[in-house]
Amino acid sequence: MSEVSGMLLAAEASSSSRVITMLLFTVMIAATLGITVWASRQTKTAADFHSGGRSFSGIQNGFAIGGDYMSAASFLGIAGMIALFGYDGFLYSIGFLVAWLVALLLVAELLRNSGRFTMADVLSYRMQQRPVRTAAAVSTIVVSIFYLLAQMVGAGALIALLLGIQPGETFLGMDADTAKIMGIVVVGILMIVYVSFGGMKGTTWVQIVKAVMLMGGAALLTVMVLAEYGFSLGALMSDASQASGAGQSFLEPGLRYGVEVPGDALQTLWNKLDLISLGLALVLGTAGLPHILIRFYTVPDSKAARKSVNWGIGLIGSFYLLTLVLGFGAAALVGKEAITAQDAAGNTAAPQLAQVLGENVGGDTVGAVLLAVIAAVAFATILSTVAGLTIASSSSLAHDFYNSVLRKGRASEREEIKVARLSAFGIGAVAIILAIFAQGLNVAFLVALAFAIAASANLPTLLLSLFWKRFNTQGAVAGIYGGLVSAVGLVVFSPVFSGSEKALIPSIDIAWFPLSNPGIVSIPLGLLCAVVGTLMSGENNPRRFAELQVRALTGAGAEGASQH
Amino acid sequence: MVAMHSDPRFLDLKRRLTGFVFPASIAFLAWYLLYVVMSVYARGVMSTVLFGDVNVALVFGVLQFVTTFGIAILYSRYANRRLDPVADELRAELTGAPAHDELRGGRA
Repeated sequence: MSEVSGMLLAAEASSSSRVITMLLFTVMIAATLGITVWASRQTKTAADFHSGGRSFSGIQNGFAIGGDYMSAASFLGIAGMIALFGYDGFLYSIGFLVAWLVALLLVAELLRNSGRFTMADVLSYRMQQRPVRTAAAVSTIVVSIFYLLAQMVGAGALIALLLGIQPGETFLGMDADTAKIMGIVVVGILMIVYVSFGGMKGTTWVQIVKAVMLMGGAALLTVMVLAEYGFSLGALMSDASQASGAGQSFLEPGLRYGVEVPGDALQTLWNKLDLISLGLALVLGTAGLPHILIRFYTVPDSKAARKSVNWGIGLIGSFYLLTLVLGFGAAALVGKEAITAQDAAGNTAAPQLAQVLGENVGGDTVGAVLLAVIAAVAFATILSTVAGLTIASSSSLAHDFYNSVLRKGRASEREEIKVARLSAFGIGAVAIILAIFAQGLNVAFLVALAFAIAASANLPTLLLSLFWKRFNTQGAVAGIYGGLVSAVGLVVFSPVFSGSEKALIPSIDIAWFPLSNPGIVSIPLGLLCAVVGTLMSGENNPRRFAELQVRALTGAGAEGASQH
Repeated sequence: MVAMHSDPRFLDLKRRLTGFVFPASIAFLAWYLLYVVMSVYARGVMSTVLFGDVNVALVFGVLQFVTTFGIAILYSRYANRRLDPVADELRAELTGAPAHDELRGGRA
């Protein structure tokens, strides 16, 4: 395998591969735009725009959940992390999966029954509308923008890599830097078009198509990897651990997270706490991510919501098991050297693996085709996730902030849809600009930060709204802002932000918080703010609470599917 | 709506729901945290090889998948049998009642 692993993607990404990649990208853009045009004709009411008319089946929404959730960070990031660090990448993926039980058991059905379009519908049900909706809209947009930024910066770098443009090289007259900016702009424009024209219907279908492509691509590569090893997982694992250079420890926790620093007990302690903090944010964050929560409104009732989460869990779980094989396969067949030469973080391990597998089967041509196919799958992955994030933000801006706060609920449906479309443009434009400036940043932590904010600000207030009778406006507002400010604030004072060469701003040092993941502190703080805020206010509305619980548990008065 | 909140059948539904989801949530969170904490502080145990290249860490990780799928299946069966029939009955009663305005009273 050494000959193969010594070759770089760029050297191999012959012009034929690039042409196929561009062709597939074009086909996919055309197909998704076709979906968007169709969906825009079906989008008339606010329920159509925000919730796809609530007429998707449980299975369809299950695939859309998979398409929304399995971002480029999941597909490329985790496969790369497993390829480079072995077991720890697997550990990371487990948090992403287990988190879905919070959504299934505590959130999905109750939210579906008691809300209409956004997370704030449930949060503000028995509260004063304006302060709670404002807070929820702020938190929705902050979480979504961080997540969006991570995806878009990743997209730019990835497209340059997938097209095989190396520094100093040009393709269609673009060098690598221009190609990255072009990638960000193209992804940004596409997501604006999907959301503002196609609304939730268009977004959902893009996500369903992506989920099918992603599962198909991952399954194909998995079978090919296993075929190389005579379908023996043991042989694959031993080859991967040998090729990794780390030996047996490749199959054990500790290469990437909770690293033990010899002679520095304090740093070792912080590293270990950091992993626990990350684990908490991952497992508690998912059920507080606004773009995930609004997916539960796209089905006719709470039973369909339950079914869709079950399908989502099945798809996401199977996908992470496939990713384990892909990561080990990349470690064994591509090799650490070739992976890091292409991308230091390992984000191109999966496409590189596709190329090597194709070459082993049918030479350079098959390698080029398979590389192009997986590149197209990665591109679809990025597009569908950013579309989901954009619609979550624009729905919240239009429904929570514009209609409920600015217009005190008096805006017509037409107006609300118009504002939602405009918001998609605004958010898309802001995301494009921020992503271009944020290009040089290490973006992996932005995803972890989005999860930490969701776990600290959104999940506690959501659960208290549904289950705590005494909870009130001041508690909800304090909980959201408290969780948001403590999560973002602690990151600002963490080693990720300043004080080291790898930090965002290496030139200053204001780092006093030793962990890069704030969850272990900010989640309890968010909860504490919500409880203390509640108890310090006399407001108490047991009648509305009774109404909310009856609605949430029985589905009485829940919004039904629209009739077309 | 409000009266239903103290109806014995609703209280029973609520007990059935929370009686499953709260203990199940505590259990899977504790099980997951045990896994993370052991990955951090009990690496000796986690790296114990069971057979071939399969160690405790891998088995523990795969078990997290198994329990996640398992709890999802158990909950869905429980909800189908023990929650849905009661919820359906109460909803039919509430939405059939004349107090329809109250249902839509909330500007949700």
